[in-house]
Amino acid sequence: MGKPKVAFYWAASCGGCEIAVLDIGDRLPVLAEAADIIFWPCAMDVKYDDLRAMEDDFIDVCLFNGAIRNSENEEMAGLLRKKSKILVAYGSCAHEGCIPGLANLVSEEDILDRSYISAPSVENPGNVLPEVKTETPEGELELPELYDTVYTLDQVVDVDYYVPGCPPVADRTWEVLEAILDGTLPGKGNVVGAGSKIVCDECSLEKKETGISGFVRPHLLEPEPDRCLLEQGVYCAGIGTRSGCGALCPSVGMPCRGCYGAPPGVFDQGAKIVSALGSIIDSTDPDETDAIMSGIPCPAGLFYRFSLPHSILRRKITDGYED
Amino acid sequence: MFEPRIICFLCTWCAGAGADLAGTSRLEYTPNGVNIRFMCSGRIDPEHVLWAFGKGADGVLIGGCHPGDCHYMDGNYKTMARVALLSRLLDDFGINRARLRLEWISAAEGAKFASVMNDFTEKLRSLGPMKPATREMAR
Ligand code: SF4
Ligand code: SF4
Ligand code: FES
Repeated sequence: MGKPKVAFYWAASCGGCEIAVLDIGDRLPVLAEAADIIFWPCAMDVKYDDLRAMEDDFIDVCLFNGAIRNSENEEMAGLLRKKSKILVAYGSCAHEGCIPGLANLVSEEDILDRSYISAPSVENPGNVLPEVKTETPEGELELPELYDTVYTLDQVVDVDYYVPGCPPVADRTWEVLEAILDGTLPGKGNVVGAGSKIVCDECSLEKKETGISGFVRPHLLEPEPDRCLLEQGVYCAGIGTRSGCGALCPSVGMPCRGCYGAPPGVFDQGAKIVSALGSIIDSTDPDETDAIMSGIPCPAGLFYRFSLPHSILRRKITDGYED
Repeated sequence: MFEPRIICFLCTWCAGAGADLAGTSRLEYTPNGVNIRFMCSGRIDPEHVLWAFGKGADGVLIGGCHPGDCHYMDGNYKTMARVALLSRLLDDFGINRARLRLEWISAAEGAKFASVMNDFTEKLRSLGPMKPATREMAR
């Protein structure tokens, strides 16, 4: 094989995954030397039509970041799938839905209302909302259609590999790029560029296996250094999150927020966090237990901060239905 | 009349044995439940409960040994804490937390199992069926 042809694309994402690729730093010229980067809207001048004109399977590997939340995202996912031999869900958004996926806790109507009408900084006297099609004197304008629900990449197209992380850390990204260049990727469907345990396993903070008798928000506590944050009552997602980042956050005194997603063998990250927290509560009294658990505000938002679209229930029941 | 579908996750030593006793004593109770036995209620993973709801169960019953009686010492205390948190999680998903019920039922309490099933079925009838999450999810 000649130089592999590589593409990068972003859908519903913040742009951090693009920076994460650049974060490989002085290894970037090595990549540019060893591969032909043929499509990368963030970094080069390319048009969607260039992509449409390619033969199917023309691209060897496409690193796709971002979730799917509008018709443009979905169309590009389909197009890049067709044009790529290997499609990689790169980063938490494409893998499990990530922060954009939290939109699944509200409805499309709520989102439009908040963004275009009710937010205090918005001035929109005519209550104008974006329309898919708009007539103007110059002709008809078209915008992508916003979906009610955010999807992961593999909920709309077939995906070959997953690289977790928000964003993936540079060394892990480089491992994956090297494996691509050397042709040593494992079998299809694998999570690559991550560990096979949980964050606690990589975290050097001391665990004394003491139970929790109350939760405290991180900004209200000056934590004892070198001691497991969770055991001090700070909610830490490390107990239900895949390893691979090297426990970056706890190593600087911040709890893990869960960005590497569900650990191996786990489908639903939030359920696993409920399970793990439930086993370390220091009470046998139902009322006291309930009071301790009430110290966690919005469990769904916290436990699925990075994986709601990939969860079992995927989204909140809306549609004006009161259960 | 609406017949709710109930998944009952029961520990084998107490609640499961209680359900057996209800049957062998020929007690009559609503036939809406499907029993799935675990060695201990502490082995019931929140994933199991969410899968049940995600696949269309109208209610989930978790049954374990009375506090202090778990055959694995503290499995049921873990269950209690998980259910407390899981109920809050269901609120966030727009699912009425009354659809998840935790009961301690001993091996001698066949009558309690029967009355819990009758009562839970009634409550779920008044709540009505679980709705498919949204028009989008149904596609
Ligand atoms: S601080 Fe968090 S990641 Fe570290 S051991 Fe405690 S729970 Fe695990
Ligand atoms: S510690 Fe947790 S939130 Fe921080 S980078 Fe690692 S997985 Fe992500
Ligand atoms: S064995 Fe019954 S709850 Fe543990």
